[in-house]
Amino acid sequence: MTDTPQIFHDAGTDRTHRAKWWSSRIAIYGALTLWAIICIFPIYWTVTTSFKLAPDVMKGNMVPWWDYTPRWKGWQSLGLSPDVIFQTSTVREEFLKRFWNSLITSVTSSGLAVVLGSLAAYGLSRFSYRFGFMRNSDISFFFLSQMILPPVVLALPFLVLYKSLALLDTRVGLILLYTLMVLPIVIWIMRDQFAGIPVELEEAALVDGLGIWGAFFQIVLPIALPGMVAAFILSLVLTWNEYFFAALLTSTDAKTLPVMVASQTGSQGINWWSMAALSGAAILPLVVVAILLEKYIIKGMAAGAVK
Amino acid sequence: MRGFDRRAEILWLNRSHRSGYRYVMSTQGDLLHTVTSDNISPQRIRAGRMMVWVAGLGFLAIAAWQALYTFDRVSWGFDTWRPVLFAYLVWATALCGAQVIVRGEEGKRTLFILPAVLFVVSLVVFPLLFGLYISFTDWNLASQDGMKPNGLNNLRQMWNDAFFWNALKNMVYYVLAVFVEYAIAFGLALLLNAQIRARKFFRVVFLLPLMLSPVAVSWMIGKSMMEIRFGPLARLARELGWDRPSFFGTPEMARFMIMAMDAWTFIPFMMIMLLAGLQALPKEVIEASKVDGATPWQSFWEVIFPLMLPVSVTAIVIRIIFKLKLADIIINVTSGGPGGATDSVTSFIFREYRDRSNVGYGTLLAMVYLVLIVIFITVLLKFVSRFMERPQ
Repeated sequence: MTDTPQIFHDAGTDRTHRAKWWSSRIAIYGALTLWAIICIFPIYWTVTTSFKLAPDVMKGNMVPWWDYTPRWKGWQSLGLSPDVIFQTSTVREEFLKRFWNSLITSVTSSGLAVVLGSLAAYGLSRFSYRFGFMRNSDISFFFLSQMILPPVVLALPFLVLYKSLALLDTRVGLILLYTLMVLPIVIWIMRDQFAGIPVELEEAALVDGLGIWGAFFQIVLPIALPGMVAAFILSLVLTWNEYFFAALLTSTDAKTLPVMVASQTGSQGINWWSMAALSGAAILPLVVVAILLEKYIIKGMAAGAVK
Repeated sequence: MRGFDRRAEILWLNRSHRSGYRYVMSTQGDLLHTVTSDNISPQRIRAGRMMVWVAGLGFLAIAAWQALYTFDRVSWGFDTWRPVLFAYLVWATALCGAQVIVRGEEGKRTLFILPAVLFVVSLVVFPLLFGLYISFTDWNLASQDGMKPNGLNNLRQMWNDAFFWNALKNMVYYVLAVFVEYAIAFGLALLLNAQIRARKFFRVVFLLPLMLSPVAVSWMIGKSMMEIRFGPLARLARELGWDRPSFFGTPEMARFMIMAMDAWTFIPFMMIMLLAGLQALPKEVIEASKVDGATPWQSFWEVIFPLMLPVSVTAIVIRIIFKLKLADIIINVTSGGPGGATDSVTSFIFREYRDRSNVGYGTLLAMVYLVLIVIFITVLLKFVSRFMERPQ
């Protein structure tokens, strides 16, 4: 085999081409891996730190079971480790209450925003309105312009308003504000979705005797559902992570998870394990959502960017 | 054209008086044309109008009474303004219902958009007007007297407030950082768009930072990874020969670190938009450029980049809008320090309120900031709109 003379040789250009191909592969995967590490490492660090003890933190151990033994210490301080999970724990109650607040406010406000936003976006994409001097494009602009409204502008007036309405430190108050905050984004995404649905479908439904609302619910809504899920998840991410309004407008009852995390950062010192457990628990739900529903998130963000 | 034909048809129907129905032509320019044959009796119209008026007057009456009670003009009233809110909700519901009662099919169309409009108007316009009033008062939550209008004093105070101008200057730096983020995001989008294996894995991983709450990020990165003694980044820096790493010691360094953390969370956002743009590019054009012998470098700068311009501009504008709200990370990591070097306007106002309870002055700053933002964004949109696909 080896002594048979090689008949076909790679031409010199072919060889450089292959070398170039390999080097570009290595460069691409190198860059991808580097950025993947940059993205993952803080999360890895947080999760592993929540299983460390003080000496592990100080020695800078990184890899569990190799240079340190994982302990439940961090989760124990939250009352969530296996050995204390069945005992009563004030910290756990506090944590669960905050978690629950976050869940309720984010889910409700995202849902409300998707309902209001989808209806408005559908109306804007199908009919032409006239409110005084405002035409469709003005109304769209009015909605979308809410996006540039910085939270500080609303925060203090809302503080006063909520005080007089007895909505301060309530979930309802937060839900209203969060809905307002994500509504422009929902409208932005949904308008794009509805524009992509051919009008002929509804016309056929109208001919068959449905009203415009019937056509909307029975024909358009099922088609637009993936877009609505995308808008919902994007809203969920924004509202779950919201800190500014929650910090100003809640104190004891309606405090959300980010406020709890923020209030602990200063006081913990080197108790990194408990902070890590708390941060980890706060980010975990959305990390799971991201992994499972990545398709929708990307769809939501891509809407409006590309026509 | 289709609309035109229909209109002609409807006119013809109208002229021929084939039935007693009043044919209502759909509003001109509707995409979804509906031909409606409403026969709304005058009684029904009157009932609908009544509904709105009664609910509206009820709301105004309750509000007026409560206002009198608050100013101690009448002896009894509600403890809070909440009943006024309920009265407002009743009025809003009546208004929505009356659309259908009074205007029939036309009203059903309005009903799609009316709830959202009412929601936004009542939650934005009213607080904004109220905020405008607060911003010209000397209201401090710590003082006992409540609020008094103090004319232009707040504006004068703002003019001399070096920290506010400093925060505005910082915002300029933060906004400029968007372009660096854009470059990185574009690079990542190109990488993800290349012929690679495990594309989905990388996409999910690259997306993850966007999911994390800024508050958690400020602890995870700002407070623990960048901790001077034990943080892994500090260790890395020592390995690389920086003897005493201090990430928030000098103003420039601290500002850069805030930018980096913010970029870390938001690069995925731009990346996804750009990736969507890249995937929507016409393949033929790029192939054609290859056939014509363009190097990858040339085909990027001469074909891909110009074609991506609308998406790029959209992504950058949206990112700038988000950037202008930057606060959470700053509040939680540096609280604006050292010496205000990392302060954004939002975090500055937050502390003005939190630490000094200076509601009147803080609100004025916020209002000024809003005006500046509106001007900035308007100019920006004017300037870039020819590169942008109109969001119509």
